[in-house]
Amino acid sequence: MLNKFDIQVRESKGHAIIETAGYLNDALGEKLSEKAQELIQNGYTLLVINLEQTTLINSIGISILIEIIEALDEREGTLNFCGLSATQERTFRMMAIAKYAGIFPDEESAIANL
Amino acid sequence: MSDEHKILLTIPMYPDMELAAAKTGSALAELKDFNEEAVEEIQLAIIETCINASEHSQSDDKEVHIQFLVTDDQLQVKISDRGVGITADTLDGTRLLGTPTLHADLRKRGRGLQIIRALMDEVVIESSPNGTTVSFTKKKTPS
Repeated sequence: MLNKFDIQVRESKGHAIIETAGYLNDALGEKLSEKAQELIQNGYTLLVINLEQTTLINSIGISILIEIIEALDEREGTLNFCGLSATQERTFRMMAIAKYAGIFPDEESAIANL
Repeated sequence: MSDEHKILLTIPMYPDMELAAAKTGSALAELKDFNEEAVEEIQLAIIETCINASEHSQSDDKEVHIQFLVTDDQLQVKISDRGVGITADTLDGTRLLGTPTLHADLRKRGRGLQIIRALMDEVVIESSPNGTTVSFTKKKTPS
């Protein structure tokens, strides 16, 4: 079970899942970025970020997600998101994130589409 | 006749204090039975406006003043700072592009106002060398 503000990483064969909980701002975003960079350095280029327990994402948090997309792009990797609220999905589409990362309703479909 | 209530809130420009304003906005919207999506959109618009004020106003008092005006069918939020004002290039987002990205359409910063404009029904920005006020309105959609 995740704490109110937390990040959990699950590594699997060929891919990794990062689950966040709480307000995705600069502080949580930096933690998320560190975890993602660590995974990428360790050879994971197929990532899922599960935002189901992330209640709010501000534009600074979004900018950090964009940095992760770019880091994966440089290694020809793939990032899929899941668990977004309708507003979060709308914002991601508005900010062109949906052009460079997949958006799926649940973790299962996000993993299946890596 | 619809009841109108005015709530005033002042928050310091301190990390995460925008959440206090967002939670006040969401509580008022929930009280008036706005749907879940509208409540989240209101929270996000408040957060982005407060962050803009904190990051760019350069105000001496380091405070953000928020006025909520709620009726049965809409919530109006007016967020002010006593900073140096914002310029036209900030308003259209060209000054805050941030670090260039691999993809030109994937801008890292300067998207706060775009988000607010997309999520709210009406947005008015007034700015002078004495400060900036961003007012936005979210109308309740029939359920």
